[in-house]
Amino acid sequence: MGGRDATMVLLDENGIRCDGRKVDEPRRIMIRAGGLKNADGSAYIEFGDNKILVGVFGPRDVHPKHMSDTDTGILRVRYHMEPFSVGERKNPAPSRREIEISKVIKEALEPAVMLDKFPRTAVDVFIEVLQADGGTRCAALTAASVALADAGIPMRDMVAAIAAGKVADTVILDVNNEEDQAGQADMPIGYMPSLKKITLLQLDGVLTPEEYKKCVDVGVKGCELVYELQKKALHDKYFGKGDE
Amino acid sequence: MTSTSVIDELKKTKILELLEQGKRVDGRALDEAREITIETNAIPKANGSARVFLGDTEVICGVKIQPDRPFPDTGDKGLFICTAELLPLSHPTVETGPPQPPVIELARVVDRGIRESHMVDVSQLVIEKDKSVIGVFADNVVVDYDGNLFDACSYAATAALLTSKTPKWNWTDDSPVLAEGEETPLPITTIPVSVTMGKIGNYIIVDPNGDEWESMDARVTITTDSDGNICALQKGGSDGFTQDEINQCGEISVRVGAKIREKLKEAQKGSQ
Repeated sequence: MGGRDATMVLLDENGIRCDGRKVDEPRRIMIRAGGLKNADGSAYIEFGDNKILVGVFGPRDVHPKHMSDTDTGILRVRYHMEPFSVGERKNPAPSRREIEISKVIKEALEPAVMLDKFPRTAVDVFIEVLQADGGTRCAALTAASVALADAGIPMRDMVAAIAAGKVADTVILDVNNEEDQAGQADMPIGYMPSLKKITLLQLDGVLTPEEYKKCVDVGVKGCELVYELQKKALHDKYFGKGDE
Repeated sequence: MTSTSVIDELKKTKILELLEQGKRVDGRALDEAREITIETNAIPKANGSARVFLGDTEVICGVKIQPDRPFPDTGDKGLFICTAELLPLSHPTVETGPPQPPVIELARVVDRGIRESHMVDVSQLVIEKDKSVIGVFADNVVVDYDGNLFDACSYAATAALLTSKTPKWNWTDDSPVLAEGEETPLPITTIPVSVTMGKIGNYIIVDPNGDEWESMDARVTITTDSDGNICALQKGGSDGFTQDEINQCGEISVRVGAKIREKLKEAQKGSQ
């Protein structure tokens, strides 16, 4: 990605960011549980300009068979971006970046999903990024948790995710695309609010030890906010308007 | 979606029984397509996009327009490329990995229908002859599967192209330079409409749904243009058609296609 200097006006003298947000203000978040007919569970999230669809299948037979585990079920995650999701058309084949993100999302979800209840099976999570605008892995992880819950898979908690970061020497919540490109640090955090456990954490950029602590704190608080929206999405589907 | 199970055989028997009484499983007439819903500008970051529901089949198409190198033998023409992919979340049997032959056929048939109609006038998409041209990529992704992806992808791509805006590039210092703020609609010459018909027993049905798709003996996809001419055709499946049946399919594709073309025009108007 691009260089990391702070020449762009990322934060003005009134503490307003390049897209008009305050330092601790997330972008607009809309989560919908369900929506896909063939998937066992699904969710759609709009996180700022990110648009992401998640479908879950399982627990089901494992193919190829050698991947199955006699002691536990396995979780498989595919994070994939559509060719039209980014500025310049993306080659539809999975990139190294997508493979890495698939892995970190899988490992972020594993502590939440009670896979030991389903030995020799697989739960497949398919994440499709329809439009990307910075912070897709967090939005994807958030939606994947809702889709797993929608599929009725037993879970210890849901994982909520959001990024903290640093622009213009200030710690901010929910890093957007411009801030990721031109800002000083980006720290995606996935967190299980009820169990108080961080299950995804990455960082690129330079932070002082104090800023590091503050970023984690800001991120965890942001996750708690996202968590409420996840619960609301499920509530709306199962107890809400009664039209689904 | 290719598995043959006992359930499929039972379904097929029932579908055939109903057809003998002139009925279809979902109550449609034999030459009636499912409800088509078109939402344009579904992906604002793309140059054009559409989300199309054909019954319970759902497809999203995004169009990307960017400078590209021309093919060596067609330096005076821009590029038009249409793809289609079945996302693994669209159906439990879809697997990740390289596309299987049915999906490759799908992408090629959808591409051919639009390409052969000359919908996009690629001769107007040249930045500098033999050096730089405009490439138009229409990428379809199938999000939910309930049969007849040929038509659903074709409508999504067509609706996305109809509502696409292309940026302008000037040839400066041997490279294409984006001219800010100069966006125009794509040069469109016609509106192609593909109509897929399945043959079950001796019956021809339009727009087979998922269950009918599994029960078909053969199928044919015919694309017509705005003048009512037939511009592309693909026969598939293991049975054959009689000459009369193929003639009948041609007539149906023109008649049904004309109605669907109006839907696409509405979607184009609605986005302006």
